[in-house]
Amino acid sequence: MATIKQLRTLQSINIIRAYARRYQSTSTAPTTNDASVEPPPPPGGYLPSLASSRLLRTTRERALQAPGLKWTDEDGTSPVREIVGGRDTRKMNLYQAVRDAMSHALMKDDTAVVFGEDVAFGGVFRCSMGLAEEFGQERVFNTPLTEQGIAGFGIGLAAMGHTAIAEIQFADYIFPAFDQIVTEAAKYRYRSGGQFNAGKLTIRTPTMSVGHGGLYHSQSPEGYFLGASGIKIVIPRSPIQAKGLLLSAIRDPNPVLFMEPKILYRSSVEQVPADDYELPLSSAEVLIPGSDLTLLTWGTPVYHCETALAILADPPSALLPLIPESLRGASVELIDLRTILPWDVARIEASVRKTGRLVITHEASMTGGVGGEIAAEVQKRCFLNLKAPVKRVAAWDLPVALHYEKFHIPDAIRILDGIMETLIY
Amino acid sequence: MISSTRRTFSVHRAALHRRYLATSAPQGPSGHHGLLPGSSQSAITSKLHFFNSVMGNDETIPTYRIISKDGEPVEGATLPNIDEGFGRRIYETMSTLPLMDNVLYNVQRQGKISFYMTSHGEEASIVGSAAALAPDDEILGQYREAGAILWRGLTVEEYIAQCFGNDEDKATKGRQMPVHIGSPKYHFHTISSPLATQIPQAAGVGYALKRDPKRRGKNCAMVYFGEGAASEGDFHAGMLLASTIPSPTLFFARNNGFAISTPSSEQYHGDGIASRGAGYGVDTVRVDGNDVLAVLSATREARRRCVEYGRAVLVEAMTYRISHHSTSDDSFAYRARSEVDNWVKSDNPLSRFRLFLEGRGWWSSAEEEDMKTRIKKTVMQAFKRAESRKRPELKELFRDVYAGPEPWNIVRNDAFRHFYYSKHRFINAFPSEFFATIANIQTEQREELATLLKKYGQVWEPWKRELVKFKGSGQELTQVKK
Repeated sequence: MATIKQLRTLQSINIIRAYARRYQSTSTAPTTNDASVEPPPPPGGYLPSLASSRLLRTTRERALQAPGLKWTDEDGTSPVREIVGGRDTRKMNLYQAVRDAMSHALMKDDTAVVFGEDVAFGGVFRCSMGLAEEFGQERVFNTPLTEQGIAGFGIGLAAMGHTAIAEIQFADYIFPAFDQIVTEAAKYRYRSGGQFNAGKLTIRTPTMSVGHGGLYHSQSPEGYFLGASGIKIVIPRSPIQAKGLLLSAIRDPNPVLFMEPKILYRSSVEQVPADDYELPLSSAEVLIPGSDLTLLTWGTPVYHCETALAILADPPSALLPLIPESLRGASVELIDLRTILPWDVARIEASVRKTGRLVITHEASMTGGVGGEIAAEVQKRCFLNLKAPVKRVAAWDLPVALHYEKFHIPDAIRILDGIMETLIY
Repeated sequence: MISSTRRTFSVHRAALHRRYLATSAPQGPSGHHGLLPGSSQSAITSKLHFFNSVMGNDETIPTYRIISKDGEPVEGATLPNIDEGFGRRIYETMSTLPLMDNVLYNVQRQGKISFYMTSHGEEASIVGSAAALAPDDEILGQYREAGAILWRGLTVEEYIAQCFGNDEDKATKGRQMPVHIGSPKYHFHTISSPLATQIPQAAGVGYALKRDPKRRGKNCAMVYFGEGAASEGDFHAGMLLASTIPSPTLFFARNNGFAISTPSSEQYHGDGIASRGAGYGVDTVRVDGNDVLAVLSATREARRRCVEYGRAVLVEAMTYRISHHSTSDDSFAYRARSEVDNWVKSDNPLSRFRLFLEGRGWWSSAEEEDMKTRIKKTVMQAFKRAESRKRPELKELFRDVYAGPEPWNIVRNDAFRHFYYSKHRFINAFPSEFFATIANIQTEQREELATLLKKYGQVWEPWKRELVKFKGSGQELTQVKK
């Protein structure tokens, strides 16, 4: 035991030395990967907020170069154009991007309908603004206040080959529909020997915390659906992602739960390609390449991670004593998982094999969360590569208490601490 | 497409208005109405009056009947328009049910199939209602509606193949329990065990029919459920949805008095299921479920309203579950054998209709004997065929979970590699590590099972015994080359 401890200490020292060397040699320049963005700014910089996040693509050029973007042009029969010249972008926040995606879906597919509680006047988060006026009340309509009904109704439409885009007003209220989603939608194809399916169903729902949502306007229930083989779960981090992933979700031949981080509806703004495009499901995206630690997340915490990395590289004075100088040059690979089920195991495995360290952070509670599943699989695949235990930075195993949110969800400082703990293990 | 849908909608509004005029609450002295948005049609009254009956005067909803227990038309009843061939076909389909049920019930008792549920006592409700539909109306059932899919032409062989889950089981590929039948050819959505989930789905199916220019005004969605299932939240949701988002959805409740052991008196305190229909603003009728002509007649009219007005309609068929709930249930644990025997003797839907047919000269004892012999033979042959066949290939265990590329956890390695190379061209980060990953990919779940089968399949008795029951004995899994 002592020997192992000593070895670990030695290892840590070596790693810290390695970081120090790397930091001096400024070798953290981006690789040739288009997917990546520049690493956090040099010392003397700032702490990123959503308004200044470098992960958001605020110019036309960067928007059109979003990795994985697949144009799905006008009538669907023309060849896919790879050239971006001549394409427009528009400044949009996340709810506008969601609306834009649904507008494309409704325009191209006569069978597509949008429904849920209060969607006709534009939705409580404005995601369906103007759609009823544009496409008619037969295609964009309110339902009675019944989540199990909304999900069941959508399954019925989908079983007839119609495109059903249902909304559950908050992910916190998806549980009455749990039965329809897990026992019906997910199993429709399998149990009928492939004769029937509910593949054209997409359920959109606002998720994650919003600062003052309390117990029932804050939850991240993606983990509860992990065992429901047959459905897909997708969570975007930004307007470009929301539009492309939602269009993929709507057109995917499987039922999809599409969870939209509600705090990002207005606060995340990007230039979004105006044309119809899709982003691939079951594909994680490397946002910042790195070699010392893999930081994996999805949805809102992507930006907390960005902040944590900025603090690590350039701590504000109050934190200076708490962040060892030797760690500041650590090269952390930030990955957005994007699809929770089925998740992109190859991308995560490749990253952890390279870095040897994994920190997973999500807003849902620790026990039974998605992080546990990923940690177990990575442990199996990367056992010999791991230099530290997989660290999960998650909400405590508690309901989301109203005035305690700051101390409940994993924010930048907790993520930073998790990164440091894992680096010096 | 949109404009014509709108037209349909305005017709409904007119129909709705008429309905309110026809059945509105008693007018107050001044005849004026409330102004609150939730009840703008409600008359204002100064009399304090509680009520507990949709019929008024504390009366219960009457039951519509056409032929009496001796097969004679009830006084004042109008016989539905049926000819001899149609009547005989209804009777033969009704008669097939107990003959098939008896064999499969016994087959289950011998352990040859895992489970069964019979339709004894409900033959008229099921076949009579199915006979009132167009052959391409969409049916969503609960589980005791075998008669509806047989009426549409599914063969006894196909039904029994599903119960055995053999390689001819197209409906479920051996994945679902017996009696969970389904077929797109017969517009019969595959049965699932969770009760009432099909009810709000039917509202969606109905809405899809209404939006489809080829089927609008021509088809409806028919949803069957028992009175027990009507206690589920999904019943409430389905009725609400089909009434507020008008859709041609025909709700058909089989009220057979029991949900397993729970008598209907412990299921609800109101006037059955029918009394709820009006609460949802849905045209409703209660019918004698043991009178196949009443069921046929009522369902025909229900369907007409459904399709013509594009709105929901509710039919409650009053019947009695002669059979045990299922092969896992002994109903004499909660009801007297004599009660059941009395029902069989006093009100048998089959003998009632047979008497009616004989009264018309459309049926005879000789024909009865011929038919029974013929159906028994068909059932026995189908049973022997089903029993002798293997299960589907073992690989079917892993299929049809997802459409499109299978996810990594269930996919075979070689397919996974192919998928990854072809679909993930955009992967450009860290190619060396990535390819190392591909080369060292872990054994995934299908492959893991194949590996275990190779290792233990011939030495571990419980697996060995099972493997031979599958077509190919699982070799399509174990002999795949990487």
